[in-house]
Amino acid sequence: MTHSSKAFYWMAIPALLLFVTLHTVPALTGVFFSLTDYAGYGTWTFIGLENYFSLFKDDRILSSYSFTFLFAITTTIIVNVLALGIAMLLNAKIKFQTAFRGIFFIPNVLAILIIGYVFNFIFSNSLPLLGQWAGIDWLSTSILANKDLAWLGIVAVSAWQSIAFSVILYLAGLQTIPADLYEAADLDGAGYWRQFRSITFPMIGAFFTINMVLALKGFLQAFDQIVALTGGGPGTSTESVAMVIFRGGFQGGEYGYQMANSVVYLLVIVAVSVIQLRTLQRKEVDF
Amino acid sequence: MATTETAASARTAADTRGLRRRGRKLDSVNWPLTALAAVLALTVLIPLYLTVVTALKTPDQLGGPGFEWPSRVRLENFSDAWNLTNFPRALLNSAIVTVGAVVLTVLSNSLVAYAIARNLHKRFFKFLYYFFVAALFVPFPIIMLPATKETALLGLDNPVGLFLLYTVYGLSFNVFVYTAFIRSIPRELEEAATMDGASTWGIFRRIIFPLLTPMNATVGILTCLWAWNDFLLPLVILSDPATRTLPLAQYVFQSQFTTNYTVAFASYLMALAPLLLVYLFAQRWVISGVMRGSIK
Repeated sequence: MTHSSKAFYWMAIPALLLFVTLHTVPALTGVFFSLTDYAGYGTWTFIGLENYFSLFKDDRILSSYSFTFLFAITTTIIVNVLALGIAMLLNAKIKFQTAFRGIFFIPNVLAILIIGYVFNFIFSNSLPLLGQWAGIDWLSTSILANKDLAWLGIVAVSAWQSIAFSVILYLAGLQTIPADLYEAADLDGAGYWRQFRSITFPMIGAFFTINMVLALKGFLQAFDQIVALTGGGPGTSTESVAMVIFRGGFQGGEYGYQMANSVVYLLVIVAVSVIQLRTLQRKEVDF
Repeated sequence: MATTETAASARTAADTRGLRRRGRKLDSVNWPLTALAAVLALTVLIPLYLTVVTALKTPDQLGGPGFEWPSRVRLENFSDAWNLTNFPRALLNSAIVTVGAVVLTVLSNSLVAYAIARNLHKRFFKFLYYFFVAALFVPFPIIMLPATKETALLGLDNPVGLFLLYTVYGLSFNVFVYTAFIRSIPRELEEAATMDGASTWGIFRRIIFPLLTPMNATVGILTCLWAWNDFLLPLVILSDPATRTLPLAQYVFQSQFTTNYTVAFASYLMALAPLLLVYLFAQRWVISGVMRGSIK
């Protein structure tokens, strides 16, 4: 197609320029300022890797990383187990299949910030009353005000909102499995569990990988739901990395320092995604 | 849409054939599983129900777990919320941002993907493809601080800047899905059009873009959900309070009037309602669109 190569460049180059201006340049500026003591205003000096060394001695940063990972891993596992179960349920011979699919996808069209506010009310008003009524001690006060339990509230709301999307992806995967595979397995006398292990799971391996990677990457960036539920508290027990970057960078005069945190955060997320993709894809081939 | 439906009907046909062979028993509806689905659906419906009844109550009816139907409905909650959050303004801002983001994304991202998909053998376009797709791994908080400074500097700290950002930041994922789809479109179509004297732009406009309709729907739906519901990007980019989007208006409202639950819930409900209503009407379409995005 020699006639048109010029036109192709005209199609792509404006987008490239915009992308570089609004994405690449900020990213590179960020890396540069991570090497300075810039507060976000006023003057700055070049301080080398000092910010990076301080990060590893900063308790607040370290605890935000451990909270973020604990939260992201737990939620990813819960979401994927439940979503796969619900997707298989919706793919079975049930009545009102379309209506149920419609209902289960609702949480995904709602803003998580607002969902968080609604659940905040449920956690601090409805659940404690139910807990008192049922005589469950840990539930009879707001779990969001409990330093050790608040993170579970965030897990629950995040899972509630994002299971929908995983269900849809798993459903798409389940529909690629030919029905005769199950017929053959039935004839061979394979039970439900055996069919799941030998047919269903291997056949949707790629969808499992994508769901795990997307979920973990998404939850490592948690922000909205935490703002709505705990605001990072009690104390700083539910502060995520994104939240620390936002607060320190915009309100705390730690622009340079939080940019160093951002660079570390980027490396962590890339490393986690790559490792996850590698190991899960190797499993896929094994089946 | 068409492909999913054909696939689904082909599957049902195959199912019934198989079932006839195995006897009638499996043909029937599985009621225990239907009941299980109904119970699980309650986990979605109960919080929504709670939002509705709380929005209808008077403050003195708030005691208790909050699930009972209000004995006296207070519709003033909605008018109070309407005024306190400056609702029409926030709705308009969200609409501008979302429509702008969806239209610009569908038009521009498909065009870029077309140029890339048809030239992947050239070094420049190959580089471009990997350059865009690699950005999928860059989380927003990383570029958040510098991007905020830059947009303020460029005068983009407003709704127009916001939808431009959604268009640019969506490029990574969209180029990925569009490119895969375009590569499955046979080139012969375009060669025939070239014979008839169509330019590359003409081919895109009259052949490729219409063929992309299912993909455009998918990308449009995902962009719409993102732009309408997003909180962090508007929070850091928008500088003028008059340009607040709906989630941002809820945030400001919540931090100023925390104690007034009934009005707050009316306000949440009004912010959730537009997309919820659209979804109720376009349900099948949204779900098949999202599913298609995952298969490609």
